[in-house]
Amino acid sequence: MRDVFVVSGGVSKFAKARPDKTFQPMVKEAYDYTLKDVGLEFKQAYELIDGSVTSYFSDHFLRQLMGGAMTTDYLGLCPKPNKRIEGGGATGGLCFQAGWEAVASGRFDVCIAYGFETMSHVNTWKGNEFIALASDVSFDYPVGGFYSGYYAMMVTRHMKEFGTTVEQLALVSVKNHNNAFHNPYAQKRRKITIEDVRNSEMVAWPLTMLDICVMSDGAAAILFASQEGLNKIEKATGKRMKPTKVTGVGSGMDAMRMADRPHGEVILLPHEKKSDYKGLKYPGVHSFRSGRMASKLAYKMAGITDPINQIDFVELHDAYTSSEIQTCEDMGLCKYGEGGDFVASGKPFMPNLDYGYKFPKQGVIPVNPSGGLIACGHPVGATGLMQAVFAHWQLQGTINKHFGDPTLQVKNAKRGAIHSHAGTGTYVTVSIMEKGF
Amino acid sequence: MAESKKNFKLPETDDGTVVFNVPFPKDLSQLKGMAPIIIKQPYHIDYIHSFGQDSPFFAGLANGKLLSTHCKECNYTYGTPRLHCMYCGNECDWVELPKEGKIHCFTVCHYGSEEFLKETPFILILVEFPKVNTLFLGRLLGVDTKKASLDWIGKKVKAQFKRNSKFKPTDVYFVLA
Repeated sequence: MRDVFVVSGGVSKFAKARPDKTFQPMVKEAYDYTLKDVGLEFKQAYELIDGSVTSYFSDHFLRQLMGGAMTTDYLGLCPKPNKRIEGGGATGGLCFQAGWEAVASGRFDVCIAYGFETMSHVNTWKGNEFIALASDVSFDYPVGGFYSGYYAMMVTRHMKEFGTTVEQLALVSVKNHNNAFHNPYAQKRRKITIEDVRNSEMVAWPLTMLDICVMSDGAAAILFASQEGLNKIEKATGKRMKPTKVTGVGSGMDAMRMADRPHGEVILLPHEKKSDYKGLKYPGVHSFRSGRMASKLAYKMAGITDPINQIDFVELHDAYTSSEIQTCEDMGLCKYGEGGDFVASGKPFMPNLDYGYKFPKQGVIPVNPSGGLIACGHPVGATGLMQAVFAHWQLQGTINKHFGDPTLQVKNAKRGAIHSHAGTGTYVTVSIMEKGF
Repeated sequence: MAESKKNFKLPETDDGTVVFNVPFPKDLSQLKGMAPIIIKQPYHIDYIHSFGQDSPFFAGLANGKLLSTHCKECNYTYGTPRLHCMYCGNECDWVELPKEGKIHCFTVCHYGSEEFLKETPFILILVEFPKVNTLFLGRLLGVDTKKASLDWIGKKVKAQFKRNSKFKPTDVYFVLA
């Protein structure tokens, strides 16, 4: 496999609804930004791009098959190759890795990955029904198919098993909302408190409206290149690029029905010992085995043996405050069971922001500096690529340029991890990006 | 606060108005400033779903039996049936699950997917059965949905069955034992 670089990225402003555009021109906003940011003209890009990969999650939300083909057509990339990637909430993360594969394999020198979702075309509760179709329609959906309910069951087990509290969950929401206050791409830009989270409407006990991400319309794009592709882009634009390098990719899976997941032994990361987890039945429904597998594979490829000290920031899939806590454990930022304390310690907060609370260890490893899904929104097929775009800008040191506000720039960021997640942990991807210039 | 503001909003509904024409400018260059036309498109289907190899489970429910599968090779009993064992790939046998189990975890859904909104608040639980390796998803009835508590975890529950089967997994539900 050869080296793969991220050259550029773009994101449409995530919104509750975009009735002003159909999905294709919404993707074009992200695509045009991607080209413009590196000074590529439309026709130059057409000459250089060997092919594309598209992600959108739901045929039900779009009510249009072949949305990938239609977008590729609208972007003017016919007759070059394209395919669609789908895997529930992890659709965008899987698309990122499909773009990486296309270049790493030698098939393409330059590949554009773009993703989108239009979730505003049905009401919120019908939307929840569509999403719940990503659970077993014989055994799970008919019992009361509702993803917030599924994740709530996981967190009551996490709370019982490890003593995690609702205030610790709420702190994740406080962190991500307050971060997003400085991110102009975010759908929700509000400063909130633990009380705001607990006093907002209960959705599925103990998760409230502010513990849960919202539905969005939005799009994101990432331009990948091999070293040869990078040379070609630099020649065409006459500019030195500021690429990031993809140094690790990992993904994993688990049984679609939570009920089917085993109660066995923990999959260990290099810095963990078997004795750390005596008596813990794993993953059960409190942890995401797929997230651990994805992390293990990505870390191995990137040579990471001590994640909290070797990664500078993480953009992870916080569809729920609880799943951020569970994911910090899967990714080995803390041990299994310590996710609640990890948040309460302040470690995943930005070091330079005032959240209205005092933390003993604020800012060790910022998690979701962008505001994550909870505040940015979650247009499913775009989400995993949005994380890659924000990570790319962090590693370039260009947050100020793109956000018009330097607050969320992680200082001297050399290496970041992005994490995409589907179906109570059915699919998870982890990719490692490093400063490449 | 956004929540209190929300209480004063008229609900958004999906019913629309029949419109047969819209204003149109004389000057075509003004068209790009036009508001989007948003219409309602019905999207209803009846889908023919076969439970296939899982059909015995639903036949069991109709006859007051909670069935699942057991792999002889692995001595592994699934709490929710699957015909083929995920550890050896062999075909499992149908067995009857115990009528009583314990709450492994739960939630109270105050909202839900559109199909289930009218049933809120309802309780979802994953049930663990003695000597069964995996869990079963069901509804819990007969406890106060306003008093959700982690103390519910570990409580004993027993299966009850609907007299008139709907051939859905909710033909079985749970109450405190």
